[in-house]
Amino acid sequence: MKEKMSIMDRIAESNKSVITGIDEKDIEYWVTAYIMGKAYKVPAGLTIMQAMEFAGYRFVRSAGCRAGFCGACATVYRKAGDYKLQTAMACQTRVEDGMFLVQIPFAPGDKAVYDINKEEYNVGTLFKHYPELARCVSCNTCTKACPQDLEVMDYIQDAIKGDFKAVAKESFDCIQCGLCAIRCPAELVQYHIAQLARRMYGRYECQEPEHLKIRLKEIENGNYKEGWDKFLNASIKKLEKLYAERDRESD
Amino acid sequence: MAEIKFIRGYPEYMHELINIVNKTRMKRKDYDPPAMSKEEREEVLKLHPDYAPGGKRKISIGQNKGDRGPNEVVDLLEAYPLIEEGEIDLSKVDYDVDILIIGGGLAGTSAAIWANNQGLPPEKILLTNKLRHGDANSMMAEGGTQAADRPNDSPLIHFLDAMGGGHFANKPDVLKGLVEDAPLIMHWLSELGAMIDREENGEFTEKWGGGTCRRRMHACRDYTGLEELRVIRDEFRDRKISCLEYYPVIELLTDGEGRAAGAVLWNFETGDYKIVKAKATILATGGFGRLHIRGFPTTNHYGATCDGVVLAYRVGAKLRDVDTVQYHPTGAAFPPQIIGLLLTEKLRSMGAQPINKDGEAFVFPLEPRDVEASSFIRECYIREKGILTPTGMRGVWLDTPLIELKNGEGTIENAFPGMNRMFKRFDIDMAKDPVLVFPTLHYQNGGVETDPEGKTNIGGLFVAGEISGGVHGKNRLMGNSTLDCMVFGRRSGIYAAEYAKTVKRRGKLSLEHMKKYVNMLKKAGIKPERRAPILLPEYRGKAVLARMIDIF
Ligand SMILES: Cc1cc2nc3c(=O)[nH]c(=O)nc-3n(C[C@H](O)[C@H](O)[C@H](O)COP(=O)(O)OP(=O)(O)OC[C@H]3O[C@@H](n4cnc5c(N)ncnc54)[C@H](O)[C@@H]3O)c2cc1C
Ligand code: SF4
Ligand code: SF4
Ligand code: FES
Repeated sequence: MKEKMSIMDRIAESNKSVITGIDEKDIEYWVTAYIMGKAYKVPAGLTIMQAMEFAGYRFVRSAGCRAGFCGACATVYRKAGDYKLQTAMACQTRVEDGMFLVQIPFAPGDKAVYDINKEEYNVGTLFKHYPELARCVSCNTCTKACPQDLEVMDYIQDAIKGDFKAVAKESFDCIQCGLCAIRCPAELVQYHIAQLARRMYGRYECQEPEHLKIRLKEIENGNYKEGWDKFLNASIKKLEKLYAERDRESD
Repeated sequence: MAEIKFIRGYPEYMHELINIVNKTRMKRKDYDPPAMSKEEREEVLKLHPDYAPGGKRKISIGQNKGDRGPNEVVDLLEAYPLIEEGEIDLSKVDYDVDILIIGGGLAGTSAAIWANNQGLPPEKILLTNKLRHGDANSMMAEGGTQAADRPNDSPLIHFLDAMGGGHFANKPDVLKGLVEDAPLIMHWLSELGAMIDREENGEFTEKWGGGTCRRRMHACRDYTGLEELRVIRDEFRDRKISCLEYYPVIELLTDGEGRAAGAVLWNFETGDYKIVKAKATILATGGFGRLHIRGFPTTNHYGATCDGVVLAYRVGAKLRDVDTVQYHPTGAAFPPQIIGLLLTEKLRSMGAQPINKDGEAFVFPLEPRDVEASSFIRECYIREKGILTPTGMRGVWLDTPLIELKNGEGTIENAFPGMNRMFKRFDIDMAKDPVLVFPTLHYQNGGVETDPEGKTNIGGLFVAGEISGGVHGKNRLMGNSTLDCMVFGRRSGIYAAEYAKTVKRRGKLSLEHMKKYVNMLKKAGIKPERRAPILLPEYRGKAVLARMIDIF
């Protein structure tokens, strides 16, 4: 039978489980997950997100990139017999037997409004917009909650010290999922604070590159006009020739 | 899955196959197979999903009648609307704005800011999102953004690279806009405070991308799109521009004279609709990866379902190059939880080699994407040298430990934090073990035809970003689409604002175009079996769907 199928059909066949869903008869191992308290038998080896879909849930909220970049799928869970309240991204975490799951569809967090061009590059700006910074009690709960494994408490402490560079570096991989803020006893919205700090750092610490300045001037002065006249009036054949003759800069 | 024995994230049998790769690594360290000749490329391309027989058909109605497109796209063009004419009350307008922007990825969000810069008040601009603002393909861009700003480079060279990459089918005037505005966009990003990778001397770090003859790839570690979009979105929020979330557009509105005049929004949670009246409309809904063309997995976000193209086509907008689909050679093929997700091209530009079951390097690592992808298909399905996964997928190894060998220990953790983290979550250490890859559906090359200002053939209707067609021709180069979004997001925002200022008299809102389209569908003998836009893909379990009843 397989021999008769085209390569494209064979590829489609092999991908079926991720696209149109896994067939029950192909499932070897099952686990039981509790979605908002209700028990569902789901195939082992799926992500939490896929497992919920298998169980019949259709996401509108709590699913975005499905790849660990957007922070939409923040999840809180406990496992039977374990006191710990754990956090995860549903699209990036394997479902496990005995997980009690709930999605956090939305994390309320007030973002300060500012004009980045008019802010002063010092710690005062952070405190002006987010005075609650001072309330941090260094409990490390945020760090424990972070699914990106960032040192959240550390970057908040760096923010308090006004060390923009350290905040920028430490918080760079933040996907703004909100899990730290949901858990913080001092009610900080860490990811908004970090966003402001990173923008300040990018805006004020990193000067405009010289090469870029020169190129912008060249374009403004119309330096490429002749070239454009030539290129835009060229036949495809001519362009193909120019393309073939390009020199490649050395590695 | 405690029942299967895993070693460092791989089932035992796969782990044994990895030993074969380990054995040949030192020998391969300084050797890449040579690039293919033109003839060899043409031969292997016959296996590419775009050229392999089947999979496409002619569009039977509308502006592009007779053009070919992937079945999955034509299915949606030949589908009935979600609403019926009498069902919607157009007399009560919920939002009366100057510009409606549909889709808040890099393109839509940039458009909003630049329309505001043009003097439109923030409450007269409305950005609506199907999901959250930022749940978008833009968030996921890993590799980088092209801009010709180094002394040995120029917009003209950038133009040639993109032309060649696009098989010379690009619209030259639109492409000129892309490359000429690129340095301006880097300037804009820096001014907003985006953290673009820098050298010690303060210049941008610029890396290679496939198909270019200069190093001009700007990155923010491997979170380029995340950094670009979160900064631009932060600025958008600082301007207090109106924004709706979980409000997809389900149909455009016209003014009775064929011009775009707003849209019907649908509240994803409560199910009621809202009417937007707008002087200009910008469609920035992104791509179509979630259509799973030809049964391929995808790198795209949950909402990449071709909605914008469908909506635009119904009001009479012209499409182009929708027949070409970009498959990225290196999608994850294992573990099953991440099948289809992107492993950036930068892995290969930093030294990772594709390797077959016997531990052999079988292809030059940096062929153009279509050639590279086809060679993986050949290795797996013709030469039978692929690796079979427990879920029945085949793939080839991408030898990532070579990156560490060539660039020094710790390179992977520094340069690819996102990807490294993803594999670590599934117990795989890509610095020590190779990862398994197979081509994945990545990018919509064509779309709604645009001009250098983002205008379409329909009055008042603009497009920007992945939805548009023309700038990349038949194949986009890495780093040119995030750029596209910001360049044409900006331009469409500016020109839509200027256009809106000229609109004085406005006709009555109408769904006339929809009525006409439905008539065309009927005349063509198309049965009302399919409806579009589909808004989201369907991934619910089959057993549950089979027993679902609609009673509440
Ligand atoms: C994994 C990945 C990696 C990539 N890497 C790179 C790279 O390194 N360099 C590069 O240049 N490009 C890259 N690309 C391509 C690039 O990121 C995208 O093409 C580009 O960001 C698309 O931006 P956009 O604004 O057009 O669309 P998107 O960012 O997808 O935004 C569109 C938005 O519109 C919304 N929407 C859709 N339908 C509707 C509707 N009916 N109503 C309302 N809203 C709707 C969507 O939900 C989404 O939020 C990558 C893409 C992916 C998926
Ligand atoms: S820092 Fe907070 S918002 Fe950012 S990824 Fe970690 S938990 Fe999520
Ligand atoms: S959770 Fe809140 S209080 Fe505790 S360390 Fe983090 S920021 Fe400080
Ligand atoms: S859906 Fe985007 S991080 Fe999980």
